[in-house]
Amino acid sequence: MMNVSNEAELVEAIRTANGPLRIMGGGTRGATGAEGAPLSVAGLNEISLYEPGALTIVAAAGTPISTIETALDAGGQRLAFEPMDYRALLGTTGEPTLGGAVASGASGPRRIVVGAVRDFCLGVRFVDGSGNIIKNGGRVMKNVTGYDLVKLMAGSRGTLGVLTEVALKVLPKPETEATLILHGLDIASAVQAMSAALGSPFEVTGVAHFPYSAGDDPATMIRLEGFEQSVRYRTGALKDLLGHYGEISIVEGVPSTTGWTRTRDVDMFADTPGDVWRISVRPSEAPAIIAQMGDGVRVTLDWGGGLIWALAPEGTDLRAALGPINGHATLVRASAATFAAIPALPPEPAPLAAISEGLRSRFDPRGLFSPRKVDA
Amino acid sequence: MEMPAPDARVMAKTARIVERLQSVLPADAVIHDPAETRAYECDALTAYRCPPLCAVLPASTEEVSAVMKICHEEGVPVVPRGSGTSLAGGALPTADCVILGVSRLTDVIETDYADRIIRVQTGRTNLSVTGAVEADGFFYAPDPSSQLACAIAGNIAMNSGGAHCLKYGVTTNNLMGVTMVQMDGTIVEIGGAHLDPSGLDLLGVICGSEGQLGVVTEATLRILPKPEGARPVLIGYDSNEVAGRVVSDIIKAGILPVAIEFMDRPCIEACEAFAKAGYPMCEALLIIEVEGSDAEIDHQLGLIKDIANRHDPVELREAADADEAARIWLGRKSAFGAMGQINDYMCLDGTIPVDQLPYVLRRIGEMSKEFGLEVANVFHAGDGNMHPLILYNANLPGQLELCEAFGAAILKLCVEVGGCLTGEHGVGIEKRDLMTDQYAEIDLEAQMRVKDVFDPSWLLNPAKVFPLASSAARRAAPAETGR
Ligand SMILES: Cc1cc2nc3c(=O)[nH]c(=O)nc-3n(C[C@H](O)[C@H](O)[C@H](O)COP(=O)(O)OP(=O)(O)OC[C@H]3O[C@@H](n4cnc5c(N)ncnc54)[C@H](O)[C@@H]3O)c2cc1C
Repeated sequence: MMNVSNEAELVEAIRTANGPLRIMGGGTRGATGAEGAPLSVAGLNEISLYEPGALTIVAAAGTPISTIETALDAGGQRLAFEPMDYRALLGTTGEPTLGGAVASGASGPRRIVVGAVRDFCLGVRFVDGSGNIIKNGGRVMKNVTGYDLVKLMAGSRGTLGVLTEVALKVLPKPETEATLILHGLDIASAVQAMSAALGSPFEVTGVAHFPYSAGDDPATMIRLEGFEQSVRYRTGALKDLLGHYGEISIVEGVPSTTGWTRTRDVDMFADTPGDVWRISVRPSEAPAIIAQMGDGVRVTLDWGGGLIWALAPEGTDLRAALGPINGHATLVRASAATFAAIPALPPEPAPLAAISEGLRSRFDPRGLFSPRKVDA
Repeated sequence: MEMPAPDARVMAKTARIVERLQSVLPADAVIHDPAETRAYECDALTAYRCPPLCAVLPASTEEVSAVMKICHEEGVPVVPRGSGTSLAGGALPTADCVILGVSRLTDVIETDYADRIIRVQTGRTNLSVTGAVEADGFFYAPDPSSQLACAIAGNIAMNSGGAHCLKYGVTTNNLMGVTMVQMDGTIVEIGGAHLDPSGLDLLGVICGSEGQLGVVTEATLRILPKPEGARPVLIGYDSNEVAGRVVSDIIKAGILPVAIEFMDRPCIEACEAFAKAGYPMCEALLIIEVEGSDAEIDHQLGLIKDIANRHDPVELREAADADEAARIWLGRKSAFGAMGQINDYMCLDGTIPVDQLPYVLRRIGEMSKEFGLEVANVFHAGDGNMHPLILYNANLPGQLELCEAFGAAILKLCVEVGGCLTGEHGVGIEKRDLMTDQYAEIDLEAQMRVKDVFDPSWLLNPAKVFPLASSAARRAAPAETGR
């Protein structure tokens, strides 16, 4: 494996590359059929600026998320988008990095309210496929100077260039949190209850549903965060609002935080056989989509029903089984053979595919970051 | 501000272009009489004016597509227009362009409270989006001060912000999907009522692209439940430094108000003279608003007042009722009007890292003396977005140029301290030539590559955003793209 310890070395590695590269941060994402010579940017590891009063942190792309979280913790702040830790689900090792979290674009339960990774990215530096160092955005919270390539890079899975530095907006850590648990709801009622919570003025920051939790008792979780007395007030208000859905229990402290970490990391499907799909849908359509999946598929719902995690028998093409939906299905965990047969990402409609391909061919003319047919 | 010379090849076939547009639109939707095209000669950056070749007002996405197809075939530049409130000259025509106005696209297509979305045609004004859902307890969060007039189309193109974006984000954070017509007439759907794309975040780059990548005709927007209540406090200090420190201390204490507005002495004086809101005369005034239930508001304001009191305020006034809250906001909300009363003014929009506030205000004060022009500062202090208002007299020869030079110097200062040229108004023509102060040529090249992909013939709003010299080769394309 090639290692680089600064941007200049990365530029050199890209300029002299004579075939596809597989860019790795902490290597926690495992294989999704990716090929190419591994190139690690874990050596780009530094927090260059942290300004708690400005809610801003700037760090090199290889910086471990854990390093960033420790630094933020000291300032009473955090990454509000709850970057997911894939290791348990994918059975991988390694250390999740900032660049990996941004490039994969996957956000945790709080996404439904505070926004996705991309909403917290203020600026990026990256090296494109021709070895140019490009910067976009900056370190300030409001910036409309030119096109927003920051959003384009976030979630681009490294296909447009290799991130070297990211500036992020951070948020205060709340004083406390509590979770309401609604018991025994079927999926349709759970989605309704979650919508009611999200449509209330009580600022919930997580809404997830587990059709099979302990003892096969379905559990719907609703999280509140903030100042102690405010959380207490809102817990009561939500209990009143949702009382007609049946029994509600409340957990606080460690059981609450652990519950959400496990939700974020899709712990339910770790160490279980089967393929894992991540399906983004319109929340109100989730029940019908799940009903279409058949009995062999287990699901959990996050984002008030807008995100379905599905555990399907190996080799099932769930995307094909569902047909066209308002949303999209991504294959997250499967064998190499399945990835060879079913693309991880859904195909885009022709005009969008043409735009995406146009962007990739301009930022990565030699096809180093996403192997494909390259014109002369 | 230089604009490219009109394309003689296009001008020569004006009649044919108008005729073709008339063949796909109702008669009253094609405006080509010079007396009437005047209405489209400028946006809110009124110092620059140029009537377009003609203006069209399509009433559906299909009509937009038909117009674009014709313009593409004939090689005619298209300048999309919402309500024309851009302060950056984003909707300024060139003599050879077709202005494509979306003012007839105002329908609400769908409202869904369970999924918390609204889908609208983009000519709808910002305030009337909230208007469509507020009776049911919801609102659309981005609230530019121009919200009564500005259209969602322009908000998306400029990625507009508002007073409450510290908590709720700007347009891009509240936009979930669009229908967009590309320059060749192709209609594309991007995003929708679900979250996050599976592939590249095209929506993210379309938002804020200033009408250069496509014409956005419909949008799916996130709507939010209205908070139970909101209440402001007004806090005055005898120094900018101290007020700046208070803002930073509040944020560090883990409090996230919905708005933190900052006004300096010249601004306070002008607002007070104009609106008589009862502001104290001091160096710096903060208006801080928090939301929640009464008890939650009391608690948060309690924490804020503790921090404020530790820094010796000259005044600290909490709104006891809705009337007092309105009075606290009155001066701030009339700031622009107050300035307009005194003089012509130019409103800048740079962003700075919040800790640089005292230094930047001091430098602006010094520059004000050097240029001999007065300046007042209003500032979204939580996020570092400054709005210095430079006062000048448009009737005095040379004053506009002097004012522009002063403005450019302030924006360069914003970049120098780690900020940027524009926080919410956009680049347009106004800041186009300053882009090289913030970005290296390769950074601009990367952005122009994106336009190359969406609009290979560079016909959409071509003379904006990028310095003319940087985009010259690309804009020099032939006047016809063939059929
Ligand atoms: C008094 C005043 C106060 C203001 N306050 C704020 C504020 O608080 N925050 C803020 O962010 N801005 C503010 N603005 C600036 C302005 O209102 C915003 O930029 C607004 O979003 C412009 O909307 P519009 O519909 O008027 O767009 P226009 O001025 O018509 O156009 C703006 C840009 O959008 C493009 N465009 C228009 N329609 C489309 C379309 N359908 N598809 C693609 N591109 C399109 C145009 O080509 C142009 O580049 C203020 C302006 C004024 C005059």
